[in-house]
Amino acid sequence: MKILVLVKEVPDAAVAKSIGSDGTIDRSGEKALNPYDTHALEAAVVIKEGGADVSEIVAVTVGPDSASRTLQGAVSRGADRSIHLSDEGLAGSDVVATGYALAELIKRESPELVLLGQQSDDGGSYAVGSVVGEFLGQPALSQVVKLDLTGDVITAERQAEYGYDTVEVKLPAIISVGDAINEPRYPSLKAIMGAKKKPVEKLTLADAGIDAGKVGTAGSGVNCSDFQAPAQKSGGTIITDEDTAATVEQIVAWLDERKLV
Amino acid sequence: MANILVYALAHEGQINKNSKGAISKAAELAAELGGSADVVLVGTDVAGIGDQAGAVGASTVYTVDAPEGIAATAIDAIAALVDAKGYDYVLFGGGLLGFEIGAGLAARIGGGVTVEVTDIKVDGGKLVAERPIFGDTLLSYSHYKSKGIIVARTNAFEVKETGGTATVEAFDAPIGAAAGQVTLKVRGEQRGADVNIEDASILVTGGRGLGNAENFSVADALAAALGTGSAVAATRAVVDAGWFPYAGQIGQTGKSVAPKLYVGLGVSGAIQHKVGMQASENVLAINKDENAPIFEFADFGVVGDLHKIAPALTEAIKAKKG
Ligand SMILES: Cc1cc2nc3c(=O)[nH]c(=O)nc-3n(C[C@H](O)[C@H](O)[C@H](O)COP(=O)(O)OP(=O)(O)OC[C@H]3O[C@@H](n4cnc5c(N)ncnc54)[C@H](O)[C@@H]3O)c2cc1C
Ligand SMILES: Nc1ncnc2c1ncn2[C@@H]1O[C@H](COP(=O)(O)O)[C@@H](O)[C@H]1O
Repeated sequence: MKILVLVKEVPDAAVAKSIGSDGTIDRSGEKALNPYDTHALEAAVVIKEGGADVSEIVAVTVGPDSASRTLQGAVSRGADRSIHLSDEGLAGSDVVATGYALAELIKRESPELVLLGQQSDDGGSYAVGSVVGEFLGQPALSQVVKLDLTGDVITAERQAEYGYDTVEVKLPAIISVGDAINEPRYPSLKAIMGAKKKPVEKLTLADAGIDAGKVGTAGSGVNCSDFQAPAQKSGGTIITDEDTAATVEQIVAWLDERKLV
Repeated sequence: MANILVYALAHEGQINKNSKGAISKAAELAAELGGSADVVLVGTDVAGIGDQAGAVGASTVYTVDAPEGIAATAIDAIAALVDAKGYDYVLFGGGLLGFEIGAGLAARIGGGVTVEVTDIKVDGGKLVAERPIFGDTLLSYSHYKSKGIIVARTNAFEVKETGGTATVEAFDAPIGAAAGQVTLKVRGEQRGADVNIEDASILVTGGRGLGNAENFSVADALAAALGTGSAVAATRAVVDAGWFPYAGQIGQTGKSVAPKLYVGLGVSGAIQHKVGMQASENVLAINKDENAPIFEFADFGVVGDLHKIAPALTEAIKAKKG
């Protein structure tokens, strides 16, 4: 069984996010692997370690050239090789266009299972998995926190609108995992060094045979603009605990003022 | 003129509140656009509940007899309806299925999709959807080239009872192969005890920062000190981990609450949690990370270790109450 894991490079969580002059997310500044995707990589490794016949784990990303270091970091978490689609023509892609490009990359590999993270840390829409599934004609499930594989059937559990659902899915399928599914392990130094030697397939739209008219601004059905700040709420009082007795006194005074104690 | 189709989520014979809110919003927008606001219900037991959608503003309700709770099935049904009746927009009241169906549908019918929408306006005969981004610090507006798929944020739209009636019609939709690969074994399992957080006037909410299930005793003690009307609640992270019952979860896939006082202990304040508690009158947060999003909307925030502060606060409140 071949498993593809979709990973994304996002701005580091500590970096303030903003919109650039071109109306898209400003992607300068420190970058990191989307933290939610480490759970998808770990889930792939757990399936392999669990004794399933996994022939390879392949990390796949759509993103600028600079995402290659992040992709290598993803590989160090247990992938055998990686695929990186990078092309100017992808700029401005909405989630349907991004999902289309990912689906085209997946078609070239025909994996039995595709794993993703629960959301992108930078304005995630929890939607890429469902878009990919649709373009591949395969079922997609999101927010899965328990996953058991028996033969070619996955039993998945996830919290939905009314409580927990248990769903059986026959492979091939697309599964986005929730962050409670596992505790991702840190890669060993050996794995980090080893990742540099794993094969990377770097592709442009033309290399991958992707129709440039279906991605980028031209291929996107939605465009976002008119960014503006929301109505300002009066800010709260934020204090830092240095002397706990004094901190507690301030909290009690605040509660008391509002007749809450 | 443009017509809007609303996917209404229904379970055990009831259309959910967020879906009703979406229907009411669609009716208001359709009146402005000069079109109609119709509804699609998917389920094996929905044939008789179309009147619930009529009562909040739907004109025509299509019922599709197919299993509920599976996105692939609903995508097939809605795509067939959009094709047959020519809707310009499809609106969802949120929920996990709303995201899954909305995204899949946009790919299927060649539309644009926006999730977590907090408002929709008509501009030049077209719908424009408002979505807060970057932890609600900026608003972005979605414009659609052709069809628009709009998935609302939890509690974004108010339910408005019109007392109207809808025409209810069964719609036969072909269900495709992907849906055939999926079997829903259990729907809506209630994990853990049946705790009540909706009637509490004070909620002490425990998040992943508590560290483990046993440490919920810190939250219990603080709630006990705060006195009558206090209860303990939780985030999805700790419910998924099995530290707290699902019935006590606040947020998008949990409960919506509006207590006089909300206390967050080790809660980061993710949007999906915030949508269930932002109607709280007073918000107190204790979190060791000064960059935690909860400090953006806390009325009183303390940057520090909850394990030091919360027990001391419990003692101080007890002492004050005597
Ligand atoms: C489709 C979807 C639906 C969702 N539905 C919900 C929902 O209904 N409800 C919900 O709550 N979430 C929901 N989520 C998940 C949500 O995005 C967050 O992941 C979740 O709310 C985080 O829970 P948390 O705050 O407990 O954990 P974390 O985000 O991990 O935060 C823990 C916090 O504790 C702090 N901390 C750690 N140790 C200490 C200490 N000693 N003292 C003080 N502070 C400490 C940390 O600084 C951190 O900010 C949903 C997500 C998705 C994608
Ligand atoms: N550009 C991308 N390249 C590869 N994977 C992606 C990309 N964008 C999103 N994903 C995957 O889709 C998941 C959900 O993202 P989103 O729908 O943007 O919230 C992420 O956790 C990733 O696993």
